[in-house]
Amino acid sequence: MSSRRSRISEEEINELISKLQSLVPESRRRGSNRASATKLLKETCNYIKSLQREVDDLSDRLSDLMAGMDNNSAQADIIRSLLSS
Amino acid sequence: MQALHFLQALARIARAAPKPAHSARTRQIRHAAYASMAHSSRSSRRTWSRALLHRLRQRQQQRPGRLLTVRRRVRIVTPITSRPEEPARAETLRQLVPGGRGMEYCNLLEETADYVQCLRAQVQLMQTLLDAFSS
Repeated sequence: MSSRRSRISEEEINELISKLQSLVPESRRRGSNRASATKLLKETCNYIKSLQREVDDLSDRLSDLMAGMDNNSAQADIIRSLLSS
Repeated sequence: MQALHFLQALARIARAAPKPAHSARTRQIRHAAYASMAHSSRSSRRTWSRALLHRLRQRQQQRPGRLLTVRRRVRIVTPITSRPEEPARAETLRQLVPGGRGMEYCNLLEETADYVQCLRAQVQLMQTLLDAFSS
Protein backbone atom coordinates (compact mmCIF):
# COMPACT_ATOMS: atom_id res chain seq x y z
CA MET A 1 0.00 0.00 0.00
CA SER A 2 2.60 2.52 1.00
CA SER A 3 5.00 1.49 -1.81
CA ARG A 4 2.31 2.01 -4.46
CA ARG A 5 1.60 5.48 -3.17
CA SER A 6 5.26 6.41 -3.17
CA ARG A 7 5.66 5.20 -6.77
CA ILE A 8 2.86 7.50 -7.94
CA SER A 9 4.37 10.41 -6.06
CA GLU A 10 7.77 9.73 -7.56
CA GLU A 11 6.36 9.90 -11.11
CA GLU A 12 4.64 13.15 -10.32
CA ILE A 13 7.81 14.51 -8.83
CA ASN A 14 9.82 13.58 -11.92
CA GLU A 15 7.28 15.32 -14.12
CA LEU A 16 7.42 18.43 -12.04
CA ILE A 17 11.19 18.37 -12.04
CA SER A 18 11.12 18.22 -15.85
CA LYS A 19 8.74 21.13 -15.93
CA LEU A 20 10.95 23.18 -13.65
CA GLN A 21 13.92 22.26 -15.78
CA SER A 22 12.20 23.68 -18.84
CA LEU A 23 11.44 26.93 -17.02
CA VAL A 24 14.80 27.68 -15.48
CA PRO A 25 17.25 29.02 -18.09
CA GLU A 26 20.47 27.52 -16.72
CA SER A 27 19.04 24.01 -16.68
CA ARG A 28 17.86 24.30 -20.28
CA ARG A 29 21.28 25.30 -21.51
CA ARG A 30 23.03 22.38 -19.94
CA GLY A 31 20.66 20.01 -21.71
CA SER A 32 21.22 17.24 -19.24
CA ASN A 33 18.35 14.87 -18.67
CA ARG A 34 19.66 13.71 -15.37
CA ALA A 35 20.35 16.99 -13.61
CA SER A 36 20.35 16.25 -9.95
CA ALA A 37 17.33 17.49 -8.07
CA THR A 38 19.54 19.40 -5.71
CA LYS A 39 21.25 21.28 -8.53
CA LEU A 40 17.94 22.09 -10.17
CA LEU A 41 16.49 23.37 -6.90
CA LYS A 42 19.54 25.53 -6.36
CA GLU A 43 19.24 27.02 -9.85
CA THR A 44 15.53 27.53 -9.33
CA CYS A 45 16.21 29.41 -6.11
CA ASN A 46 18.78 31.59 -7.87
CA TYR A 47 16.39 32.21 -10.73
CA ILE A 48 13.56 33.22 -8.39
CA LYS A 49 15.86 35.56 -6.51
CA SER A 50 17.06 37.18 -9.72
CA LEU A 51 13.48 37.61 -10.95
CA GLN A 52 12.50 39.23 -7.67
CA ARG A 53 15.48 41.57 -7.92
CA GLU A 54 14.35 42.47 -11.43
CA VAL A 55 10.88 43.32 -10.13
CA ASP A 56 12.52 45.61 -7.57
CA ASP A 57 14.71 47.25 -10.19
CA LEU A 58 11.91 47.66 -12.74
CA SER A 59 9.66 49.15 -10.05
CA ASP A 60 12.33 51.72 -9.36
CA ARG A 61 12.72 52.56 -13.04
CA LEU A 62 8.97 52.79 -13.56
CA SER A 63 8.86 55.14 -10.60
CA ASP A 64 11.52 57.30 -12.27
CA LEU A 65 9.47 57.26 -15.44
CA MET A 66 6.33 58.39 -13.65
CA ALA A 67 8.25 61.11 -11.87
CA GLY A 68 9.34 62.46 -15.21
CA MET A 69 5.87 62.40 -16.69
CA ASP A 70 4.75 65.74 -15.31
CA ASN A 71 7.67 67.47 -16.94
CA ASN A 72 6.56 66.54 -20.44
CA SER A 73 2.86 67.17 -20.73
CA ALA A 74 2.38 65.78 -24.23
CA GLN A 75 3.95 62.47 -23.33
CA ALA A 76 2.09 62.44 -20.04
CA ASP A 77 -1.24 62.92 -21.80
CA ILE A 78 -0.57 59.97 -24.07
CA ILE A 79 0.44 57.75 -21.18
CA ARG A 80 -2.54 58.81 -19.11
CA SER A 81 -4.96 58.11 -21.93
CA LEU A 82 -3.46 54.67 -22.43
CA LEU A 83 -3.66 53.85 -18.74
CA SER A 84 -7.09 55.27 -18.08
CA SER A 85 -9.73 52.70 -17.37
CA MET B 1 -5.52 39.62 -16.76
CA GLN B 2 -2.25 40.07 -14.97
CA ALA B 3 -1.36 42.91 -17.33
CA LEU B 4 -4.71 44.65 -17.01
CA HIS B 5 -4.62 44.53 -13.22
CA PHE B 6 -1.11 45.98 -13.19
CA LEU B 7 -1.95 48.76 -15.65
CA GLN B 8 -4.97 49.78 -13.62
CA ALA B 9 -2.86 49.89 -10.48
CA LEU B 10 -0.23 51.98 -12.27
CA ALA B 11 -2.92 54.39 -13.40
CA ARG B 12 -4.10 54.81 -9.82
CA ILE B 13 -0.56 55.47 -8.69
CA ALA B 14 -0.03 57.98 -11.50
CA ARG B 15 -3.18 59.90 -10.59
CA ALA B 16 -2.33 60.12 -6.90
CA ALA B 17 -2.12 63.65 -5.56
CA PRO B 18 -0.07 64.94 -3.95
CA LYS B 19 2.72 63.16 -5.79
CA PRO B 20 4.43 60.66 -3.49
CA ALA B 21 8.15 60.59 -2.87
CA HIS B 22 10.18 58.43 -5.26
CA SER B 23 10.78 55.68 -2.72
CA ALA B 24 7.12 55.55 -1.72
CA ARG B 25 6.02 55.32 -5.35
CA THR B 26 8.58 52.57 -5.99
CA ARG B 27 7.08 50.63 -3.08
CA GLN B 28 3.56 51.13 -4.44
CA ILE B 29 4.61 49.91 -7.88
CA ARG B 30 6.31 46.85 -6.43
CA HIS B 31 3.23 46.16 -4.34
CA ALA B 32 1.08 46.44 -7.46
CA ALA B 33 3.39 44.07 -9.32
CA TYR B 34 3.04 41.29 -6.73
CA ALA B 35 -0.69 41.93 -6.32
CA SER B 36 -1.15 41.57 -10.09
CA MET B 37 0.72 38.30 -10.04
CA ALA B 38 -1.44 36.98 -7.24
CA HIS B 39 -4.65 38.08 -8.93
CA SER B 40 -3.94 36.66 -12.36
CA SER B 41 -6.57 34.14 -13.38
CA ARG B 42 -4.09 31.30 -13.62
CA SER B 43 -2.79 31.76 -10.15
CA SER B 44 -5.78 32.78 -8.05
CA ARG B 45 -6.41 29.20 -7.02
CA ARG B 46 -2.81 28.61 -5.95
CA THR B 47 -1.54 28.40 -2.41
CA TRP B 48 1.32 30.77 -3.20
CA SER B 49 -1.02 33.45 -4.51
CA ARG B 50 -3.24 33.30 -1.42
CA ALA B 51 -0.18 33.42 0.84
CA LEU B 52 1.21 36.35 -1.15
CA LEU B 53 -2.05 38.30 -0.96
CA HIS B 54 -2.19 37.69 2.77
CA ARG B 55 1.36 38.96 3.12
CA LEU B 56 0.60 42.04 0.99
CA ARG B 57 -2.44 42.92 3.08
CA GLN B 58 -0.46 42.57 6.28
CA ARG B 59 2.24 44.75 4.76
CA GLN B 60 -0.31 47.46 3.97
CA GLN B 61 -1.36 47.64 7.58
CA GLN B 62 2.17 48.14 8.84
CA ARG B 63 4.77 50.74 8.10
CA PRO B 64 6.30 50.25 4.65
CA GLY B 65 9.46 48.22 4.36
CA ARG B 66 10.94 45.36 2.39
CA LEU B 67 8.11 43.43 0.84
CA LEU B 68 9.68 40.02 1.04
CA THR B 69 11.25 40.07 4.47
CA VAL B 70 11.26 36.66 6.09
CA ARG B 71 9.00 36.98 9.08
CA ARG B 72 10.30 35.87 12.45
CA ARG B 73 7.16 34.41 13.84
CA VAL B 74 6.30 31.10 15.39
CA ARG B 75 4.45 29.04 12.82
CA ILE B 76 2.95 25.63 13.27
CA VAL B 77 4.43 23.78 10.34
CA THR B 78 5.96 20.37 9.90
CA PRO B 79 9.54 20.67 11.15
CA ILE B 80 12.43 19.99 8.79
CA THR B 81 13.50 16.86 10.61
CA SER B 82 10.36 15.07 9.46
CA ARG B 83 11.21 15.57 5.78
CA PRO B 84 14.31 13.43 5.36
CA GLU B 85 13.68 12.53 1.72
CA GLU B 86 13.76 16.04 0.39
CA PRO B 87 16.89 17.10 -1.40
CA ALA B 88 18.94 19.88 0.06
CA ARG B 89 17.85 23.39 -1.00
CA ALA B 90 14.19 22.50 -0.68
CA GLU B 91 14.15 24.58 2.50
CA THR B 92 15.51 27.65 0.66
CA LEU B 93 12.84 27.16 -1.97
CA ARG B 94 10.21 26.98 0.73
CA GLN B 95 11.32 30.38 1.96
CA LEU B 96 11.25 31.92 -1.51
CA VAL B 97 7.86 30.69 -2.64
CA PRO B 98 5.05 32.37 -0.68
CA GLY B 99 3.33 29.86 1.56
CA GLY B 100 6.02 27.32 0.81
CA ARG B 101 6.69 26.28 4.35
CA GLY B 102 3.47 24.38 4.82
CA MET B 103 3.46 22.57 1.49
CA GLU B 104 4.05 18.96 0.69
CA TYR B 105 7.16 18.52 -1.45
CA CYS B 106 5.16 17.54 -4.52
CA ASN B 107 2.94 20.60 -4.20
CA LEU B 108 5.97 22.77 -3.59
CA LEU B 109 7.40 21.87 -7.00
CA GLU B 110 4.11 22.49 -8.74
CA GLU B 111 3.59 25.82 -6.98
CA THR B 112 7.17 26.81 -7.73
CA ALA B 113 6.69 26.23 -11.45
CA ASP B 114 3.54 28.35 -11.43
CA TYR B 115 5.17 31.09 -9.34
CA VAL B 116 8.17 31.22 -11.68
CA GLN B 117 5.90 31.59 -14.70
CA CYS B 118 3.99 34.45 -13.08
CA LEU B 119 7.19 36.17 -11.97
CA ARG B 120 8.60 35.91 -15.47
CA ALA B 121 5.41 37.29 -17.04
CA GLN B 122 5.42 40.21 -14.62
CA VAL B 123 9.06 41.05 -15.37
CA GLN B 124 8.38 40.92 -19.12
CA LEU B 125 5.32 43.14 -18.69
CA MET B 126 7.21 45.77 -16.70
CA GLN B 127 10.12 45.73 -19.14
CA THR B 128 7.71 46.15 -22.06
CA LEU B 129 6.05 49.13 -20.38
CA LEU B 130 9.40 50.75 -19.68
CA ASP B 131 10.51 50.27 -23.27
CA ALA B 132 7.23 51.59 -24.62
CA PHE B 133 7.17 54.73 -22.51
CA SER B 134 10.78 55.78 -22.45
CA SER B 135 12.14 57.11 -25.67
